[in-house]
Order: sequence, then C-alpha cells, then structure tokens
Amino acid sequence: MSDETKQGLQSPFRRKLLAGMAALPALSLLPRPSFGAGPATSAVNTTGLAVTDTEVTVGILHSVTGTMAISETGSVEAEKLAIEQINAMGGVLGRKIKFIQEDGASDWPTFAEKAKKLLVNDKCASVMGCWTSASRKAVLPVFEQYNGMLYYPTFYEGLEQSKNVIYTGQEATQQIIAGLDWVQKTKGAKTFYLLGSDYIWPRTSNKIARKHIEGHLKESKVVGEEYFPLGSTQFNSVINKIKLTKPDVIYAIIVGGSNVAFYKQLKAAGIDLSKQTLLTISVTEDEIDGIGGENIAGAFACMKYFQSLDNTNNKEFVSAFKKMWGEKTVIGDVTQAAYLGPWLWKLTVEKAGSFDIDKVAAASPGVEFKGAPEGYVRIHDNHHLWSKTRVGKAKLDGQYELVYETADLVEPDPFPKGYQ
Amino acid sequence: MFGDYSIGDLGAIFAMQGFAGLILFSVYVLMALGLAIIFGQMGVINMAHGEFMILGAYVTWMTSNAFQHFLPALFPGYFFVAMILAFIASGSLGMLVEWGLIRHLYKRPLDTLLATWGLSLILQQAYRSIFGAREVGVELPEWMMGSVSASDAIQIPINGMFVMALTLLITIGVSYVLFWSRWGRQVRAVVQNRAMAGAVGINTEKVDRYTFGLGCGIAGVAGSAFTMIGSTGPTAGQLYIVDTFLVVVFGGAASLLGTIASAFTISQTQSTLEFFLSGSMAKVITLLAIVGILMMRPQGLFALKVRK
Amino acid sequence: MIINSRFFNRSELIGFVTLALLLFVILPLCLDIFRLNLVAKYLTYAFVAIGLVLCWGYGGILSLGQGVFFGLGGYCMAMYLKLEASSVANTKIQSTPGIPDFMDWNQITQLPLFWKPFHSFSLTLLAIILVPAFFSFIIGAAMFKRRVGGTYFAIITQAIAAIMTILIVGQQGYTGGINGITDLRTLQGWDIRTDHAKFILYFVEVVLLFGCIIVAQFIRLTKLGRILVAMREQEDRVRFSGYSVANFKIFAFCAAAIFAAIGGAMFTLEVGFMSPSFVGIVPSIEMVIYTAVGGRMSIFGAVWGSLLVNFAKTSLSESFPQLWLFGLGALFIAVVLAFPNGLSGIWADYVQPRIDRLLASRKSKFGKGWSDNSVADGAPAE
Repeated sequence: MSDETKQGLQSPFRRKLLAGMAALPALSLLPRPSFGAGPATSAVNTTGLAVTDTEVTVGILHSVTGTMAISETGSVEAEKLAIEQINAMGGVLGRKIKFIQEDGASDWPTFAEKAKKLLVNDKCASVMGCWTSASRKAVLPVFEQYNGMLYYPTFYEGLEQSKNVIYTGQEATQQIIAGLDWVQKTKGAKTFYLLGSDYIWPRTSNKIARKHIEGHLKESKVVGEEYFPLGSTQFNSVINKIKLTKPDVIYAIIVGGSNVAFYKQLKAAGIDLSKQTLLTISVTEDEIDGIGGENIAGAFACMKYFQSLDNTNNKEFVSAFKKMWGEKTVIGDVTQAAYLGPWLWKLTVEKAGSFDIDKVAAASPGVEFKGAPEGYVRIHDNHHLWSKTRVGKAKLDGQYELVYETADLVEPDPFPKGYQ
Repeated sequence: MFGDYSIGDLGAIFAMQGFAGLILFSVYVLMALGLAIIFGQMGVINMAHGEFMILGAYVTWMTSNAFQHFLPALFPGYFFVAMILAFIASGSLGMLVEWGLIRHLYKRPLDTLLATWGLSLILQQAYRSIFGAREVGVELPEWMMGSVSASDAIQIPINGMFVMALTLLITIGVSYVLFWSRWGRQVRAVVQNRAMAGAVGINTEKVDRYTFGLGCGIAGVAGSAFTMIGSTGPTAGQLYIVDTFLVVVFGGAASLLGTIASAFTISQTQSTLEFFLSGSMAKVITLLAIVGILMMRPQGLFALKVRK
Repeated sequence: MIINSRFFNRSELIGFVTLALLLFVILPLCLDIFRLNLVAKYLTYAFVAIGLVLCWGYGGILSLGQGVFFGLGGYCMAMYLKLEASSVANTKIQSTPGIPDFMDWNQITQLPLFWKPFHSFSLTLLAIILVPAFFSFIIGAAMFKRRVGGTYFAIITQAIAAIMTILIVGQQGYTGGINGITDLRTLQGWDIRTDHAKFILYFVEVVLLFGCIIVAQFIRLTKLGRILVAMREQEDRVRFSGYSVANFKIFAFCAAAIFAAIGGAMFTLEVGFMSPSFVGIVPSIEMVIYTAVGGRMSIFGAVWGSLLVNFAKTSLSESFPQLWLFGLGALFIAVVLAFPNGLSGIWADYVQPRIDRLLASRKSKFGKGWSDNSVADGAPAE
C-alpha cells in the first residue's frame, strides 16, 4: 500500500480512494429497514397474538440465574443475535421483532409459570426457550394448553413430539448412532465403557448406545455402565475401574459441573486421551471453557455443529457473534441450535403467510434454512431437524477439529424402533 | 469380576483404590476442617462455607491469569502464591462477616444458619455478577498434571498427592495452633467459658473474629486446592456444603479428631462402595448409613457432650 | 383443655377477618385467573409456613427439610393424577399402555407395587396424611428421644432432604426422575387445567388453609401449646416437671409435616406437576424464610410472609433477575438480625400499640373496660 501512496495519489490507490468517497453519498440511499409495509395485521393474526402493523412479540425463556445459567447464556445471546439480524433485514412479514425475556432461574416450575405469562399475558407469537429436558417437560403442557410455539435448542433424548414445539437440537439417535459407527470403523473399537450423569438424558442415550453397540456393531460389547449424581465431583473410583477393564472406548455423557471434575481427574490419573479413545456427546466448546482445553485435548465429541466449521455461513455467524458478544466468547452446538430458532420461525411464518400458531405448525414441515451455520437444515414432519452428524476432536485451544461428517443429512427419529 | 485378572493386577487395583479413598479422605478433611473449627469451637453454623471455598478458587484463577500475563517465567510456582492469597482473601472476608453479622448472633445458632444462608445467596450472586455466570477454567502448571508411576500398573495422580500433603500440613498446623500455642489456649478458654475468659483479660471479641477468620481462610485454601479436581463457578460451592456438614456432624462437632475420623469413615465407605456399585447408589447408601447412624447416635462419633 | 375463654383474641380476630376478606373476596375479584393461580401457588407454601410456626416458632425445632414432606404429599397426589391420566386409552402409543409415560421409556413393563394403592382417591388422601406423619414420626422419635435438637437436628433434616432428592432423581423409572411427574390432566374425570377448575381449586385451597389455621390455633391454645412454648424457653424445666419433652416435640414435628404435605398436594393440583426441585435443601430453606418474614410466632404472619415474599420474587425476578437474589439474601439477614419476629413482630411492636392507644382513648370516653385475656403472642425471639 505504501508504494502506491508514494506514487503520489496516481494509480490504483487514488482510484480506490475516489471511488470510496463517491460511495459516501450513495450510503444514504442504502435500504434501511423500515417496518409496517407487510400484509395487514387482520390477515396474518387471527388468534389475538401480540402483532401490530409494525411489531411482533416473541418470548425468550432461559435461565439467567441459577446453576443452568452457565449453559443457557449462550442460547440467549444467539437468539438475540438472530433477532437483531432479522430485524436489520426487514423483520418478519414487515414487522420488527420485539422480544420479552424472562428468567427461568434454573427452576422448572418457574419455567412453567413464565411460559404461561408469555403466552397468556404477553401473547407471544413464539417462544425461544428452555434447555434441560425437565424445563421442557414442565412447559410442554402449558404450550399445548394455550397453543403456543416453542423453539427448543438442546440436544436431548428424543421420545417426544409435539405440534407446539420445534426441536432445533438433535435427538438421541442423530447424535449417537453415527458417532458409534464412526468410532468402530476408524478405531476398530469393540469394547465400550458407558458413563453418565444420573438422569433421563444420559440414561436414555446410553440405552440407545447399548442397543446399537450390542445389536448393530460387529462383535462389540459394553463392559461397564455407571451413573453419578448430578453435581458429584469424585470420579477416582470409576477411573480406576476403567484402568482395570481397559475399554477401547470410554463413552461419557457427564453433565454440568461434574464434567470439569471428571476430565481433570481423568488426566491426573494418567489416562492419555490421545491413546485412550473417549467419545462424548455432552461437551461443547462452552463446557471446554470451564474444563480447560489441556484436560480434554484428544477426546472426540459427536455434535452437529462446531465453531470451527469451515463454510461461509459459519464464518459470518462466528464473526457476527463475536462482534456482538465479545472476542473471547465460544460458540457451542446448543448456541447454534438456538440461533436457528428465530430464523426457522421467520421462514415458517413467511411460508404460512400468517402468525397464527396452527398455520405455523402446519407450515413447518419442509421449511429449509440454507443460511444455517451448520450448513443446511430442514424441518421434518415430526418437528425435528434434518441435519448432519459430525465428529470433532478436541484441541488444546478449546476448539474442535472436524474429523468426520456424515455424507447425508440424518433423519430425526425421536421414537426409534428397536432402540427402546 | 475378579477372575479375569492376575494377582499383580488385583494388587495394583486395590492399591490405586486405596489411594483414591485416601484422596477422597483428604478432600473431605480439607472441606470440613474450616467448618469444624467454626462449628465445633464456636457453635456457629456457616452455611456460606462453600462460597468461601469458591472465593479461594476464584482468587486462584485470578492469580493464574496474572502470572500468565505478567510473570510467565514463574508460572510453575504460582499455585503456592495462589493458596496464600486465597487464605488471606477468604480469611479477611471471614473476619469482616464475623464483625458485621455473626457476632450479633452468638446466642442464636439457628438464626446464624439462616443469616449465613442469606449471605451465601448474596455471595453467589456477587460471583455471578463479577465473574460471569459461566465457569472459569483454572490452568494448572505442567508439573501438577498427570501422575507418578509407583510401579508399572500403579499410578498415583500428582494432584491427589498434593491434596494429601496439603491436608496433612494444614491439619498439623491447625492442631499446633489450637493445642500448643498461646492463642489456641485463648480460643479454647473462650469456648469453654466465655465469661471467665473475659474476666481473666482475654479479648473475647478478637478471639472470635480471628477464629472465624481462620476457619474461612482454611476454606479458601481448600477451594484453591479443589481447582485441581473440580470446577469453579458461582454455584459450585453448593456441591460441597451438604457433604461437609455431614462430615462435621457425624464426627461429633466437639472435636477435630472426630472430624478426621468421620471423614475417614465416610470417604472409605464411599470409595469402596463406588468401586463395587455405581456412583449414584454408593452416594445414596453412604448418606443413608450416615443418617441411620446419626439417628442411633446423634451426638456423632466423638462427642464430649451432647449438643442442643 | 382450652386455657383461654376466647378462641381468638381481639387482635387475632381482626387478623382472621382481614385475611379471610382478602383471600375469599378481594383477590378473586381483583385478579385475573393467571395471577389468582399464582396466589394459589404461594398459598400452598403457607401451609408449610404454618406448620413451621408450630414447630419452630412455638416448639423451637428448626426443620430445614420441610421440602421432604411437601414433596411426599405432592408426589402422592401426583401419582394418583398420573395414573388417572395414563389410562389405557390415553397411552396407546406406548409399548406398555396403561402405565405412566416415564415408566414406559425406562423399559418398565408393569406398574410397581407401591404405585398400585394410588388408583384409589380415598387411599391417596389417606396417604397424603399418613405417609409424612409416619416418616416424621420415625425421624422425630429417633432424634428427640435422644435429645438431639437445635442445630444438629436442622442439619440432619438437610441431609434427609438431600437424600430424598438423590433417590427421586436416581430412580427415574419409579418416580419420574429429575423431570418429576408432569402432564397431569384430570381429577376423577374433572379437568384441572381449565380456568374454571383453577378458580374452584383456589377456593378449595383457601378453605383448607383456614382449616389448618384453626387447627394450629387450637393446638396453640391447648395445654400442648403452652408446653411447646415452655419447651422452647427452658426445656430442662419442662422435663423436670414431669412432661415427656420428646413426645411433645414429636407431635409438633408431625403436625408440621402433615401441614406441609397438604400444601404439597394442593400444589400438585394447582400447578399440574411435581418435581424433586421442591424437595431439596434450597426450597426447604426458602419455606423457612417465608415463616421468618411473616413472623415465626404468628400463624397469620406465616400466610402473609408466604404471599409477600413470593409476590416479591415473581415481580422482581421479572424486572431485575440479578437484583432479586441479592434482595433475597439481604432479606434473610435483615429478618434474622433486625426483625426476629418478622412482620407480625413489627406490627405488634409498632402498629398495634398505636391502634390500641387510639381505641383506648375512645373507650375511656365510654368508660367500659374490655380486658384481653389472650395468650401472649409476642414472646421473645429465640
């Protein structure tokens, strides 16, 4: 650049500068989002939702305080980013999205109460929310009774389907089966030690994993299965058992604060993850932040999204996210799934041409989002998403390196036959 | 389950399991010591004990970052500095809390329970507001990670040994202070008969304050040590509080020896059960056993007198 | 047996009438059904608080595990409602129709034995009273006969709350695990989720609440109540006078447990589910704070405390979620340090004298005395 300037404002540099200056007045002609130009409210809102000519209200229902705040903060940030971007592009049906945020406080009854408030008092056209299955189970009757629409971002155990929920995270078979197939193919794994925190998601997931290992993988078996109370911090005994049985793969579904303790103690016990294969479905970039990359480097995680994915959508998403929430933030699978919520809702509403919940629910199957950071997703009839399964290897810097990706989208199957 | 392995293997496993039990024992002692001093010697229940531990953990995290930025050459040794800072931080906070809150409530132990619970809520929210809702990762120096191989099959985690050594040091230190130093004599005098102790010229208020501060300081060091084996977040203190109380109560809060004995019993039971059953069942059985035994002998293992 | 000639003294009568007016008339008229349902939820905690007034305020027994009994009552009711909602017709997509959904996806194929009694409503009602009474009796007998009290007892109740939570969460096939028992629909065919149903349930609950208030007041006024107060102040003297202190404590603790269980059962009906998050240490301690704020010596105070603290929680957490926890913590500390008798203590110390003076000055005009033989309300705090 300096050579060009030396030539004294002749040449490419000068031309660029002049072109740039000429563009300035053109900026004022850039389309700025204006609202109110969409279809008439009476046409798009026949059920009394909070829709005006210029605005539509949605709810955000996550835990900002309490133990789950650690995990749900990312979801809130992603949803707010999506809403801001949609508004910058003109909103939904010409209406700006206004959001009301409520705090579930990591307490399921509070989730139910706030959900009712958002639907009954605030008449939200949709709600982005929940994280744990318990909170979702608590609000599900509310959404079904008052006919709301929930966009639920977390990967979970499946076994559920509702007209009033769109599940933007994976269900168990999407996360588990392809990962197990991959680990047998690439590592020749035959023996598996299953671990988990003691509640429904790890237990159901391990059940599916066991059925797949013993029923579908060649000559494979489960050599141990153990559960630990939520919040437990002492894993030395089971680590010794693992050393005793020397499984080919440790399959770990440990959750929350226990994660940190588990991986630190694993490392301290001398288990080298570059030699001992460990496959997890519960550690995203958010959790590695707390665990410390050096403690988990070498482990494999089965997700549908990693922050390091190399496609244009993702690069834009990551930089927009960091710009809004800070350079040091990390983006995990659930955060991305939460980002999908507002976008999928917008696309569905536009396809249905209405905000009415029944119409949105009917229009959902088949809605595609090509701008998803994970690449491409499509809503299935059962209100889950078609998406790819990916396996990543944890690195020292806390990011995942993609090592495998299914060639096709995996069909969501929340009630898998033969796996129950 | 044992048929597939050689004697050597089995021996190695039992040795490692024994160490796991000892590490758990050290963890419990470290957690409970601070509380035992406060509860046993002063009859004060500090429900915010876990939060004092977490303060120590956060101080360690900040020290770790500071060393990484400003003194990277000295990073391997930062942990010792961090522990001293943790002790000072938690101890000072403890003394402040004693001055502001606890000293008004000495005659009302049940009320200190409630008041310190309120304090724990405030501290948790303060951590959340200052450090963020997410957990922070404390980076350890290389020499503290990994394990030492005593033989081919037996591996002992280094941080486990560190915790054991630390516990030993602190226990000896505390015993020395309480039983052989002049100040320790004053503490015991105040506990036994506050009025007379005051009458012979002991500054009871100061003694109380320093004792509470000592208990909280030890909690801070425990929290600092636990960054090696656990997570650090605003609500992490809640994970430890029930276990800590049970260890103290089971031991018969009147004596430090009781605390140690109780920590040993509980840790060995739990780690043995964990080996043969799953983690969840082991925890439940241990807790049930403790409560059962407490129902039959409520004053704990080593009670000198019945507490009301 | 009743010491006092009057069931409610004058100030208590005023309190009773005010509360009755508020709950029966004012709130249902002023609030929409959503907020009324919230009030109903707050009032379920009031049951626990009344129990705590008896056992803590009057008996000096601080139980930090009332969540256990709240949960026992709540789970009994939830099990009954769940069985009703899991009729064969409703659950035909399951591998085993006729059992609750969470059992199905835990591969359980037959209803466990301890669920079977809950097919019957009358047995369920009996269980709500008897099961907590039984457990509290065992715990109380074990502890009080050995003269364990005060702080030890409080910590042990905490441990019990922790154990019960772990058990419920771990045995998810039998209890619904951490999700709890959700999706409850009808009570004997009557849909409890409609607005109309919630309206009726509110009144049922308020009637039950007043029933508990009257029972609690009755207990207070009998010799039992006197002994409870005496025990709290000078346990040894009561013992030396020949009374079995342990038995009285057991009674107070069982009464508190039963009240809590009734609250839990009403909670399940009002809110439509029950989960282990009400059983553990945190909710148990919160229930204590409702009592403390209202005034641990005052039965009406317990109700007011539950209403006010929960109301503050809902409104503050909507606007200032971070601030709310600071506020709650500060409330704990303030109540303990500055207002040991809570709001009712403030009322008795500052407001009541003014009212009395006002009325006395009027009475002196008419020259008629009206002596007040009430049982002392404002006994010194512990």
